Amino acid sequence: MAAEFVPPVDPATRFGETVAGRRHRRTEALVRGVFLSMAVAMVLPLLLLVTYLIVKAAPALSLEFLLDVPRRGMRAGGIWPALVGTVYLVLGALVVSAPIGVMAAIYLKEYARDNAFHRAVNMAVINLAGVPSIVHALFGLGAFVYAARFGYSIISASLTLAIMTLPVIITSTREALNAVPQAFREACWNVGATRWQTIRGVVLPNSISGILTGVILEVSRTAGETAPIMFTGAVFFKAVQRGDLLPYGLNDQAMALSMHLYTLSTQVPDVPEALPYATAVVLLGTVLTMNALAIVVRFWLRTRKKW
Amino acid sequence: MADVRTVVARDLRLAYGAREILHGVSFEIARNEIFGVIGPAQSGKTSLLRCLNRTIDFVSGATMSGTLQFEGEDVRKVRDVFALRRRIGTVAPLPVGLPLSIYDNVAFAPRCAGVHRTSDLDPIVEKCLRQAALWDEVKDRLASLGTALSGGQQQRLTIARALSHQPEVLCLDEFSIAIDPVTTMRIEDVLRELRSEITIVLVTNLVQQARRLADRTMFLWNGEIIELDATEAIFSEQPKDRRTYEYVHGIFG
Amino acid sequence: MTAHTPPIPRTAGPRPSRSALAVFGERVLENLIRLSGVSAIFFVLAIFFFVFREAAPVLVSDSFSLKQFLFSVEWYPTSDINVRYGILGLIVGTACVSGLAVLIAVPFSLGSAIFIGEFCGPRLREGLKVVIELLAAIPSVVWGFIGLTVMSRVIVAVTGAPVGVNVLNGGIILALMCVPIITSIAEDALKAVPDSYREAALALGATRWQTVYRVLLPAAKTGLLAAVLLGVGRAVGETMAVLMATGHAVHIPSSLFDSVRTLTANIAAELGEASVASEHYRVLFLTGVLLFLITFVINLTADLVVRGVRRER
Repeated sequence: MAAEFVPPVDPATRFGETVAGRRHRRTEALVRGVFLSMAVAMVLPLLLLVTYLIVKAAPALSLEFLLDVPRRGMRAGGIWPALVGTVYLVLGALVVSAPIGVMAAIYLKEYARDNAFHRAVNMAVINLAGVPSIVHALFGLGAFVYAARFGYSIISASLTLAIMTLPVIITSTREALNAVPQAFREACWNVGATRWQTIRGVVLPNSISGILTGVILEVSRTAGETAPIMFTGAVFFKAVQRGDLLPYGLNDQAMALSMHLYTLSTQVPDVPEALPYATAVVLLGTVLTMNALAIVVRFWLRTRKKW
Repeated sequence: MADVRTVVARDLRLAYGAREILHGVSFEIARNEIFGVIGPAQSGKTSLLRCLNRTIDFVSGATMSGTLQFEGEDVRKVRDVFALRRRIGTVAPLPVGLPLSIYDNVAFAPRCAGVHRTSDLDPIVEKCLRQAALWDEVKDRLASLGTALSGGQQQRLTIARALSHQPEVLCLDEFSIAIDPVTTMRIEDVLRELRSEITIVLVTNLVQQARRLADRTMFLWNGEIIELDATEAIFSEQPKDRRTYEYVHGIFG
Repeated sequence: MTAHTPPIPRTAGPRPSRSALAVFGERVLENLIRLSGVSAIFFVLAIFFFVFREAAPVLVSDSFSLKQFLFSVEWYPTSDINVRYGILGLIVGTACVSGLAVLIAVPFSLGSAIFIGEFCGPRLREGLKVVIELLAAIPSVVWGFIGLTVMSRVIVAVTGAPVGVNVLNGGIILALMCVPIITSIAEDALKAVPDSYREAALALGATRWQTVYRVLLPAAKTGLLAAVLLGVGRAVGETMAVLMATGHAVHIPSSLFDSVRTLTANIAAELGEASVASEHYRVLFLTGVLLFLITFVINLTADLVVRGVRRER
């Protein structure tokens, strides 16, 4: 008769609580709490700041504020010329940088072989993204205002902005192109399609939404920039008709929302408090709305995938 | 009876950078035969097909040397590489339905070749889908997405696409790897029918498939031709090389 | 099956071909694409060229000393008697504000990246990533405005400092601006660590935190370094926010509460007043060249490291 088998460890404690286990759980909870609070520390300032800005801006925010021109040396009135000016500058930059940026990304993804030259091109894109905005301003001044003789104008400012935000379009287009599986391209090549036929037939139609996201992000970035336009085409004040949709010519200087915020808060004495806050809220609101739009587009395109 | 040779390879070598994949292979493929290529994975079978239709160009660092001729012309010296790829149809292992409608999937190649009128495209689409044994299943939904089909249907769609540009040679690279046996059988019937019109190069991991379909079979291992002979000889009890016997009977591989 | 059927004639009729216009159009388009593709190199070189071009004459002029430029604290470009162009104060100003910003930002960014990557549920993760993206989208002039108005009042109220625009203000604002980029690159670096590391650690009985601390952080350290470097690059290159938040004093700050000015802000503040092609103007452009080189080096280093991380993915 076999002796009864006695397990070497008391079965009641095999998978039960241990001292070490309790300590680990406490550390884990503590750590999780610390990191969560760090993440919250990012969310909270954003919410608090936006709320504070809106509260301070409330007295001045109205439709009139958007449509009216600045009065009494910018101590009253609205921001219409700055709004329109920003639209001009943004569209100008978009018209130049979107085609170049999309084509550049297409080249880098679909045509470029992996060699030293193209690694250098890639690095140039990264470095272009890292150039300080004031250096872009200096470049715009030297190249467009003086060398190309466009003078201080919307053209100079738009071109400067275009080169500054080129990397944004290039990066998002590349992401969109990368999302298209390589198997599709190979299937096209196998039936004798040229690179461009492959791009046009399969790759581009399925990257459009990603490219659109990039364009929206670029618009948002361009609208907020100040330094590059400060010295190439944006101006302190320009007399414009209230509600005029086409007040500027391409060779004119223009007011811009970002520049106006800087001016109001640093160059104009005795401004009623709400005015610069309201300008900040309009600028911030525009930019955040566009970014939110880009995020929505990205979510939407995830659901519409064709494969 | 003179066999007209459609593909001729003499001492073909292929290297990816410093690593040589094909070590000087020489063979000939005759018109209208089903030419089987068997061998374990990583033997260079897919690379061979890539050399033939010049999609090896897309692999950076790949260098080809030796002679590879298609219908008398060296493939590396053709004037129009896209026309070459249209004369050689290729079916990849994994079924690929392009994210276009079924109609556009099959019409894609003719459109790239310059055929744009619907009156010209309709008959091509129908003929190729019929030849690929897919027409009956999709004829009522030609506008639906190609990627929504099942794996077996997508593979037949790929074959229809490969046929849409009137190839003279159809290369199939392990086409049955990701599809069910019933569809495989149907496609094998398709291949038997197509044989009278075109030459077929059948690269396969399934030796029994080669036995069923191929007229001649080439055993490729580690980038070298171990044996190339009539299929019966390869699968007999006394092939010329001992290794052929061992591979075919599953002793290794 | 060795008998071959007699060869049939090849495809009946001529093969279709593309119209000459289509082929020509495609070639033009592909050349445009190639041109655009290499344009980035062209633009980077152009930026350096045009900025250097405006600055160059001052380098060969007799009244200008490069040594004084780089190592003197005395910046008096508009003096009538003794014009001096020493940017050391500006360099130190930049270093202080950027250094403080990175010091504040790194713990929060790393903590958030670790939280998002390892401790977080999927819904919360999406939400946090959206917030980070929105934080990154705030224009620098708005940050500057916040520094000038909100933050300066908070600083004066909390610390009793005489003036609210100072190193501390700029540091905090810049930190908030750097957090998104450091967090997102750090997140990528942590994601790049293969799952097998995590699974192995868990299989050995490690808790989540122990896995992070002992396995993931060491494994991801080059990527995390790259994240910090990119944050530094961003901080050093920032213009408007520091222009508005740090004050106007060109000197070496002696405390966190001193006003200071950075290289970037200095150019923005004085360029409008320097007459074109004057020595002052050219010296400002020279500062721009210096800035370009500094950020170029920082970004190059970070990029080399980041590409190593992203390729492993």
